Amino acid sequence: MTRHIRHAAVFCALLLLALLVNALRIQVVQSGTYDDNPANRRDSIARYAQPRGDILVDGEAVTGSRDTREQLRYERTYRDGPLYAPVTGFASQVYGTTFLEHAEDGVLSGADPLLAPFPLLNDVTRGRPSGGNVVTTLDRDAQRAAYEGLAGRKGAVAAVEPSTGRVLALVTSPSYDPAVLSGNDAGAERAWARLNGDPDRPMLNRAVRQTYPPGSTFKVVTAAAALDSGMLRDLDEPTDSPAPYTLPGTTTRLTNEGDGCEDAPLRDAFEWSCNTVFAKLGVDVGLARMTRTAQAFGFNDTDVRIPFSVAPSTFDTSLDRAQLALSSIGQYNTRATPLQMAMVSAAVANGGQLRPPYLVERTTRKGGATVASAGSRPIRQVMHPSTARTLRELMEDVVREGTGTNAAIRGARVGGKTGTAQHGFGNAGTPYAWFVSWAQGERDLEPKVAVAVVVEDASADRGDITGGGMAAPIARAVMEAVLGS
Amino acid sequence: MTKAAAGTGLAAGTAVAAADAPAPGVRLPRRGGIELTLIVVAVLLSVYGYCAVGLAKNGALPPGAAGYGAGLGVLALLAHLAVRLRAPCADPLLLPIAVLLNGIGLVLIYRLDLETPGDRAAPTQLVWSTLGVSLFIVVVVALRDHRVLQRYAYVCVVAALALLTLPILFPAVNGARIWIRIAGFSIQPGEFAKVLLAVFFAAYLAANRTALAYAGRQVWRFRRMQLPTGRVLGPIVAIWLLSVGVLVLERDLGTSLLFFGLFVVMLYVATGRTGWIAVGLLLASFGAVAVGWLEPHVHSRVEDWLDPFATIEAGQGPNQLAQSLFSFAAGGVLGTGLGLGHSILIGFAAKSDFILATAGEELGLTGLSALFLLYGLLVERGYRAGLSLRDPFGRLLAIGLASIVALQVFVIAGGVTGLIPLTGMAMPFLAQGGSSVVTNWAIVALLIRVSDSARRPHEHDGKAGPVNREDPR
Repeated sequence: MTRHIRHAAVFCALLLLALLVNALRIQVVQSGTYDDNPANRRDSIARYAQPRGDILVDGEAVTGSRDTREQLRYERTYRDGPLYAPVTGFASQVYGTTFLEHAEDGVLSGADPLLAPFPLLNDVTRGRPSGGNVVTTLDRDAQRAAYEGLAGRKGAVAAVEPSTGRVLALVTSPSYDPAVLSGNDAGAERAWARLNGDPDRPMLNRAVRQTYPPGSTFKVVTAAAALDSGMLRDLDEPTDSPAPYTLPGTTTRLTNEGDGCEDAPLRDAFEWSCNTVFAKLGVDVGLARMTRTAQAFGFNDTDVRIPFSVAPSTFDTSLDRAQLALSSIGQYNTRATPLQMAMVSAAVANGGQLRPPYLVERTTRKGGATVASAGSRPIRQVMHPSTARTLRELMEDVVREGTGTNAAIRGARVGGKTGTAQHGFGNAGTPYAWFVSWAQGERDLEPKVAVAVVVEDASADRGDITGGGMAAPIARAVMEAVLGS
Repeated sequence: MTKAAAGTGLAAGTAVAAADAPAPGVRLPRRGGIELTLIVVAVLLSVYGYCAVGLAKNGALPPGAAGYGAGLGVLALLAHLAVRLRAPCADPLLLPIAVLLNGIGLVLIYRLDLETPGDRAAPTQLVWSTLGVSLFIVVVVALRDHRVLQRYAYVCVVAALALLTLPILFPAVNGARIWIRIAGFSIQPGEFAKVLLAVFFAAYLAANRTALAYAGRQVWRFRRMQLPTGRVLGPIVAIWLLSVGVLVLERDLGTSLLFFGLFVVMLYVATGRTGWIAVGLLLASFGAVAVGWLEPHVHSRVEDWLDPFATIEAGQGPNQLAQSLFSFAAGGVLGTGLGLGHSILIGFAAKSDFILATAGEELGLTGLSALFLLYGLLVERGYRAGLSLRDPFGRLLAIGLASIVALQVFVIAGGVTGLIPLTGMAMPFLAQGGSSVVTNWAIVALLIRVSDSARRPHEHDGKAGPVNREDPR
């Protein structure tokens, strides 16, 4: 009997061994697979167990966190949600994150290893550092001025600082309050359905994710290509350009809004936005040079990150001469985001040097210690400095006595360019009103702000849609806000 | 009764190694001091866990810590006193292990109570633990010699079958008909039946083991296997059929598995016939396949075991077993710490069947292994008592009781960790469940009794020591 008792004891020992080995298998060997299973809620619970870090504008948080006491404890809140929505995006427990909330999620949620005081410390203690803050480059007054200027009309504003590339304002309209999506209740679901079903598309970030035909504002690019090529020596020498202009190889005739464009010199053509002159100029400069200049300004660049991605602006690279003529006045397949047109204006204002735009000044720990800051960024020489100087002169003329007088600011040097872009089949759609500009205060050494405004307003009378009438006042308000601060 | 002064200074480790019998004529040193020391350690560990939960969840010592510690301490000391007075030679490890496991169980249930404010289980569990310890004391004090139980073998089996059939009259809960409700308390009578059946098996096999080993016709030439006569075999098969039948009706696979495993182990130990194991396994697999096919409840358990994540892929979210595996995995080597895990995601069974997942997540592989080793030690001490006893009934009883603990732990721990299909069963001492706690205290009381008898110098010849090897062959 004793022997059999020992056998039974060995059997029990084997059972114990099986349990121990199996525990090792689950808790150590395969634990990673289980932890990463999407159905495992522990990751989300840990993520929402602490307040999310904040996004700062001018030193003040525009976000917050609310303790719900639920399983996913903290929900995102927003101050001035609609105003900053195109910058912050939303941080939803159901629908994930977008824009800055997405691009800087590691810092905001505390998951970024850089936030840990010592490397690997969190792996040992299983702690999660408090969420860090994201300090943006935005200028609150400029942002507000742009938002109030649009006043709910469909459109967007982008403003950058030409000498650095700091994004000062990024506004889309109509906007929405991201706070309604924060939670995981039925309300968030309803809001999601409502926002996605809204024909006005309030969740579309028109400033960086929507491209528009830039219309006459693209003439800045065409002029830069022409001046760089050395074709034009004198701004006041008449150009050899008929009005109306028959597109090469076709019978289509291109006309102008106003009179006096036939053989107009570049200065007048720019001031009064002569389509015929610039269409012919584009054809004369040639596809290769036009493409090179457009791409130097940032067109066709598919990986712009500010830090979230920006929809690529396009300038078609395979065109016949008629298409090139239309492309040179910002029609046909030429499309740009408002941010791209602000970059065009900024390159002119900054002596031909383009600074890539960025939105995050630095990221900090909760206490304020810097984790990472926007490093030095590569500069692109888009055009000759002399070309930039000439273009600034032309743009100032537009504001002083041309189509952009609405943008003039007393005591400041302001340059601009209006645009009215046709779109839709047979140009049946309501045209977009554009205005790009830059401004330099009385005491400034260099331009302080470059702005692009687009207003796509279906309710307006067609005759009234000129960039000068609709978009220029908004640009002026934004520039005044920046210069005044 | 003179107190053993030598025992108090010894470390626990030496106590484990001290089971070898001394030279004849020398009285066995009693180990009461060691037992007391270990009990104090066990209570302190439990109180420490209780405080850790409070600190982790609320940042303050829980208000009930002192009361909890005092309650557990008083219970343990009373039990210790009973052992001191009535079973002075008993194994000093059994009671501290039971106290520690019960204490940890209370801590884990209290910790899970914090997640479910509407459903407090810890106070109820403490009441049941008190009942369990009371039963322990009653058994240790009233039962002077385990051999008395032999006389009640048939009473035990009748009582066991009555208890097993009782829940059929009551409605099913969560697919299993194993509960009866009396005055607001749910009781699982099947739990008590385990002990009664172990007593019956031990008595019956002790009386008939020679017959079972040798009598009967040779069936096959091969391996000298013989079938016992129908007279001997009849009662056993009858018991087996009855218990399996009842369990199929009640849909409680875990208890069925436990009875059967217990039966086979005891039969093997009693007769030494490997043939019994073969027959047992055949019958078991036949029964398992039949039940698996016929019972959708059991069938789905097997499917879950084969693919715990099937429900996730089907878009229904993780099932209990998947949640349990997530829980264990989240614990890793060191665990999240008491009060910091999310094992409550398992759902309604987190405090009962899946209590081990909380231990696995919050104490990690380290704590889980420690728990397994505590159970292993408990079983080992039971076996050791069985080895040193002289009477066959006592030996079989000790082995049977220890095997109940071993099989219970394996069935439920293997189930929640995905080693074997999940069957509902309570983790001894840890899980929420009054009947289970009371039953396991009764098991420990009987083990104390048999181990006292095993380590006591014999009155009639004054000799102590290992029994003569009696090989049935």
